[in-house]
Amino acid sequence: MAEPLLVVEDLSLHYRTEAGILRALDSVSFELGRGEAVVLLGESGCGKSSLAKALLRLLPRNVAHHSGRVLLDGTDIMALSDERFRRDIRWNRISIVMQAAMNALNPVVKVGEQVAEPLLVHAGWKRAAAAEKAAQALARVGVAADFMDRYPFELSGGMRQRVVLAMALITEPALVILDEPTSALDLLTQAGIMNVLKRIKWETGTSFILITHDVGTSSELVDHVALMYAGQIVETSPARDFFREPAHPYGRALMASVPRLHDRADPVHIEGNPPNLLDPPEGCRFAARCAQRFAPCDREPPFARLAGGRRALCWLFDEGGRE
Amino acid sequence: MRRYPSAVAGLAVILFLVGMALYTVVTIPYGQVLQDWRAGEHWRMHPANARPVWTDRLFGGNAPPTLTISSDAADAEAARFEGGRQVRIPMAFDFAYDDFPSELTLFLGVRGTERPAFVEITWHRPDGSDVRLGAHRIAGEDRVSISQDRALEGRLGRVPHIGLFAVDPGAPGRPEVLRGTYRLTLDAVLFDEAAELHADLVAFGRVHGIAGTDHLRRDLMLALLWGTPVALAFGILAAVGTTVTTLVIAAAGVWFGGLIDAAIQRLTEVTMILPILPVLVMVGTLYSTSIWLMLGVVIALGIFSASIKMYRAMLLPIRNAPYIEAARAYGASNARIVMRYMIPRILPVLIPAFVTLIPTYVFLEASLAVLGLGDPVLPTWGKILNDAQMQGALYNGFYYWVVAPAALLMLTGLGFALFGFALDRIFNPRLRTA
Repeated sequence: MAEPLLVVEDLSLHYRTEAGILRALDSVSFELGRGEAVVLLGESGCGKSSLAKALLRLLPRNVAHHSGRVLLDGTDIMALSDERFRRDIRWNRISIVMQAAMNALNPVVKVGEQVAEPLLVHAGWKRAAAAEKAAQALARVGVAADFMDRYPFELSGGMRQRVVLAMALITEPALVILDEPTSALDLLTQAGIMNVLKRIKWETGTSFILITHDVGTSSELVDHVALMYAGQIVETSPARDFFREPAHPYGRALMASVPRLHDRADPVHIEGNPPNLLDPPEGCRFAARCAQRFAPCDREPPFARLAGGRRALCWLFDEGGRE
Repeated sequence: MRRYPSAVAGLAVILFLVGMALYTVVTIPYGQVLQDWRAGEHWRMHPANARPVWTDRLFGGNAPPTLTISSDAADAEAARFEGGRQVRIPMAFDFAYDDFPSELTLFLGVRGTERPAFVEITWHRPDGSDVRLGAHRIAGEDRVSISQDRALEGRLGRVPHIGLFAVDPGAPGRPEVLRGTYRLTLDAVLFDEAAELHADLVAFGRVHGIAGTDHLRRDLMLALLWGTPVALAFGILAAVGTTVTTLVIAAAGVWFGGLIDAAIQRLTEVTMILPILPVLVMVGTLYSTSIWLMLGVVIALGIFSASIKMYRAMLLPIRNAPYIEAARAYGASNARIVMRYMIPRILPVLIPAFVTLIPTYVFLEASLAVLGLGDPVLPTWGKILNDAQMQGALYNGFYYWVVAPAALLMLTGLGFALFGFALDRIFNPRLRTA
């Protein structure tokens, strides 16, 4: 197997809050190959966006602890200085489409300039050349050149989302993180944007990390699924396997909650709430809501290897766990 | 634009002032105005404390302007004698005004010789009577102040520039002007054959120019004109200087937060309780009253002004806006985020405030000048007011001396205020009425 583009090992991110230390990410590990896409799936507050921010070091002021290894093409980008990280990694190697991307545009800068901004920021680009490149980038995501001279508020939500996407792609980064790229859009617009993403992945070999809680849209684009729960990755599986049958009990519960067309069965919701990350429970964090809970669940579960390259953080698949 | 007539009016006033300032700076160079404004020989042909000409037109008077009668136009008769010449110069002028001159002076010059000349002066009135003004010994450039001739005043019973022009100088009560052609005869003896006598009789008027003159005979128009660029420059530089620095500091404080923000806030609180005017008075008294130093102090004190608090409040929500985080994500530097993302966001709200800030600094400069801390060499509106106050202008009836600079100050305030308020309505949609 070729060296993966991104290797995340033991990435932890804790925030300092008034109530105590909030463990937003706890020893998260996963890999992503070149030209592949992974979806970080999970309910709100499980640490998906924190993972995106931790990867790009877009940390708020109240970070208590930020550790782990993030290897991008074999170099540990966690070890870089802030200034080098800003210059070499952000947008040159990894770009992000933020959550609430609709508001991620500077309201007083025209669309064309805005899209060109990353090129200007990462020196070396002349204004005219950057504008030309911006026009190409916009065309690639399906925005006509006459939108260049408009202000963000003159654009519809879908258009703005495309503009933000064009901005993320303009520097041709190896990895694009998409944080809820379609969450505020109607279905048709969502489909349009997912198609654009698929085409770009196909044409340029860009890797994507897609963050969403929307199982349906994600299945369109991704090769792998990383299931997150309470600040941990609880399952990594090839997308096809996961969507057919998730391994982790949480994954199964999640898939059961997705409403299906032409199915008599009601969608099932998961009883209870995710654990408080200020004081996560000992052992398996999903145990309290798990239908298949059994004795070993009170102890820290292993990240068990399953057939087909799947892994799950669960005692069910551990030989030693079974009676 | 048509929806905001006050903006048009304000802009017109501002453009008028700017035009006046540009015209002034181009036509009267800085160096020249500094030299001219020092009182002295430059103004000797001007009357002192003369009213503006328009007051006369306005109130229907016919006060005399300054009349200068030169001997060049006169037909001199000369007779030679051994070692010199005897010259008789007749000078004539018509005087048909309602009021007397304010002063009468004869400027004499003997050229072509080192030796003094003797000049005997005779005043011929229109009613046929003559008044002898005495004999004088004149060397080089000299002047005979007829108005200050005590002996003559005694003979006439009135100060000469009234007595010489009155119908009956000896009569009690208000004298009446004798209208007609006055003549002055100079009988001179020059002790050199090549010598020439040159004479200028100046009957100083009661009115002068558009703005009148001050106690040092200086034309107030010069100061009013030069006050414009000085006031505008001071106001605009101070407003730009304080607004820009304050804005950048506030934005940097909000962006970096923590210790930097706290330091900025504490500094601001200290500056807020420092009274600006007393500090300026202190600097002016102990150090220098140069307008440029004052400008520097005003800006320095304005950097950590109360507006930092306002800008901070406006910038705080912007700091956490998604587009700022996005900018961070694509690697925009701190400086770029502050300058290009945060500040432009609040500029529209600040522009009206900035425009209305300009006249407050103009007034501040005028206040300093009125308090006697005006620039020592440069004429400004405030300094005219200061001079007027020192000379008791209003007590003496020289209202124009106060009215003109005050009107210009008010016009400046009005223009910027009208424009600023209109901009506020344009930029602040909540103030817009449907």
